[in-house]
Amino acid sequence: MTIYSVMDQQDTTAEAPLNEEAVAAKPADGPLAEDLADDQLTPLDPAYKTVIRIGTAIFCVPFLVAGLVVEATSILPAAVIIAPLTLIAILLIFRLPTRRYLARGYAMGLDRLRIVRGIWFRADTVVPFGRVQHIDVNQGPLERFFDIATLTLHTAGSMGASVRLPGLKHEVALDMREEIRSHIKRETI
Amino acid sequence: MSEQVANSGQPSNAALHTDPKSFLIQGLAGLRNAIFPVVAVFFAMRDTGTLALFTALAAGIAIVGIGAGGAYLRWRKFTYEINVEDIRVESGIISRIARSVPFERIQDVSLEQTLIPRLFGLVTVKFETGSGGGEDITLAYLSEDEGERLRELVREQCDGASLIAHRPDDVESEVVGAPAAKRAEPSTLLFAMDRRRLFTFGIFEFSLAVFAVLAGLAQYADWFVDFEIWDPDLWRDVASEQSGWIAGLGQMGQIIGAIGSVIGLILVGSVTGLFRVFLRDWNFRLEETPRGFRRRRGLLTRTDVVMPVHRVQAIQVKTGWLRYRFGWRALKFVSLAQDLGAANHDVAPFAKIEEIKPIVRAAGFEPASPTLDWRLTEPRYWLDTTILEGGILLLVAIVVAIVFSPWFALIPVAIAGVIALANWYGYKVHAHAVDEEQLLVRKGYFSPDLQIASRVKLHSVNISQGPIAQRRGYANLHLGLAGGTMSISGLPLARAHELRRAILASIAAKDFSEIYRAPEPRLAA
Repeated sequence: MTIYSVMDQQDTTAEAPLNEEAVAAKPADGPLAEDLADDQLTPLDPAYKTVIRIGTAIFCVPFLVAGLVVEATSILPAAVIIAPLTLIAILLIFRLPTRRYLARGYAMGLDRLRIVRGIWFRADTVVPFGRVQHIDVNQGPLERFFDIATLTLHTAGSMGASVRLPGLKHEVALDMREEIRSHIKRETI
Repeated sequence: MSEQVANSGQPSNAALHTDPKSFLIQGLAGLRNAIFPVVAVFFAMRDTGTLALFTALAAGIAIVGIGAGGAYLRWRKFTYEINVEDIRVESGIISRIARSVPFERIQDVSLEQTLIPRLFGLVTVKFETGSGGGEDITLAYLSEDEGERLRELVREQCDGASLIAHRPDDVESEVVGAPAAKRAEPSTLLFAMDRRRLFTFGIFEFSLAVFAVLAGLAQYADWFVDFEIWDPDLWRDVASEQSGWIAGLGQMGQIIGAIGSVIGLILVGSVTGLFRVFLRDWNFRLEETPRGFRRRRGLLTRTDVVMPVHRVQAIQVKTGWLRYRFGWRALKFVSLAQDLGAANHDVAPFAKIEEIKPIVRAAGFEPASPTLDWRLTEPRYWLDTTILEGGILLLVAIVVAIVFSPWFALIPVAIAGVIALANWYGYKVHAHAVDEEQLLVRKGYFSPDLQIASRVKLHSVNISQGPIAQRRGYANLHLGLAGGTMSISGLPLARAHELRRAILASIAAKDFSEIYRAPEPRLAA
């Protein structure tokens, strides 16, 4: 499977020692998914940026229209409403999706998936395949047009019971689903 | 349509009705429902004299009649069936509902007796499936024998089902109990509360909820009585009368009066607590049976719940700031069949730590040993929290000082001081530790609450950081725990990663299906 940039070693033997020296002394034939630095993560499909942009643009339209209507009534001095609105819309549509795209990433390990996201509020989640209950691959209309998909892993835990990974190439998402599913089967039979 | 559904099942058992007396009980409930409308009708028409009485009576009879008729029809149309693989229930007068619950989905079977059914010797049998929202089966009411027989039957069926191979995608396909030692029912008493203990517990369960109830009643009284309870003038008169009277007693009298009302409040609060505790926890017994923990309690409503040991995800040892000073704690189980807060898994609501330890061990956990390496959280986290909360309060104080007077500004400043003190204690109390198999988290401000989770029974690990945390180098660790939540706030980032690494290694070593398999019964050995 070439799509996985990182493979970690099978780590099913013993409890990992807790003191740092012992962890550092482990054989370094490929780091575990959770030990990768943020810039070593697999990035999402660039089409994800476009999908967010279009979504945000649709969201912004009513506000801009409302702003234009207020301008048309000329109660306030010219451009007092529409200028800041346009500026915010430009930031939301052009700047933010790139930053969000850059902040996201994932790492597929041999027995676990790590998902990182968030600019201000960073969240870094690892789900071991052995705890996955079922897997969804979803595509909205926009996502279908750009051939990307959202992979969702459901676990039995109540905190973060389902973990979403949007912006994967559809084919990649399906491959990942098969990979995770086959892993679950292998473990239980 | 529904007949076909019923017939398609295994014809091992005929469709059964609930006990005929249950229709009677529902009729009694109808009587209770009728009281209020009857009174309302009577008051609405009281000017018309005898007519009012007749109308009220007629309305009452109509309500009871319709209720009883409905209850009878519902009883007629409600059937249940125990098949080889599942329980089926059919109900509904106009639209029929046929529900089938496979045995392997049944998490707990509980018997419940409220006051009136108890007088008739009836029980409510509930089959909990752990599906979160109301998808359970409730049979109300069955005779006590039938309830017990059903519970036995379901357990046997579940044991039989355990021989069928597990399906990997089966979340709750766990089975209750263990095949061996089924009939003998050996059990050991783990914990019980006598009257003396209940009394102490009641005192600590001090509650002023009774005043809320009284206020509610007063609002009702408002409807019926020509007494304007919310009329300010009335109360002003009463108050001025009273204060005049109190003023007459002099300063000494006022002080005595104040002390008297405080004592009164304490008395009322304690009596309320005693009432609640005696009603809920009367004759509390926790036993260990081969099938799991069995808890029985209740004075008027007696409940009997069995919790399989292997379904316990984590344990919680809780306490309060006052009872902690006297060494009292409560033990709770976080169970797989628990949607947050709904199911009650108190196993020892009021016990000394020495009484709790054996129960914790019986559940497969190890109580916190003194050799554990407890680690405190990051001091910066507490500092930042205090600065943030205190800062907001200081802003409030400045505004208050400008708008009102500097003296009033002392109030938010004092609150800020209390918060700072609480955070100082919080820093000392909040801690965590790991051993080979468990993760222990201690939380609280003026008293420590402890949560112990089994490392392999966690489902995911998440590290999150807000904008401040990113700059200051600490993080929150959230752990996926079925039926509950577990998180540690304000960990040093390196420690968060270290914990995650260790926990993930434990999780990856065992698959989900392995950890929820019923273990060998401890007592059979």
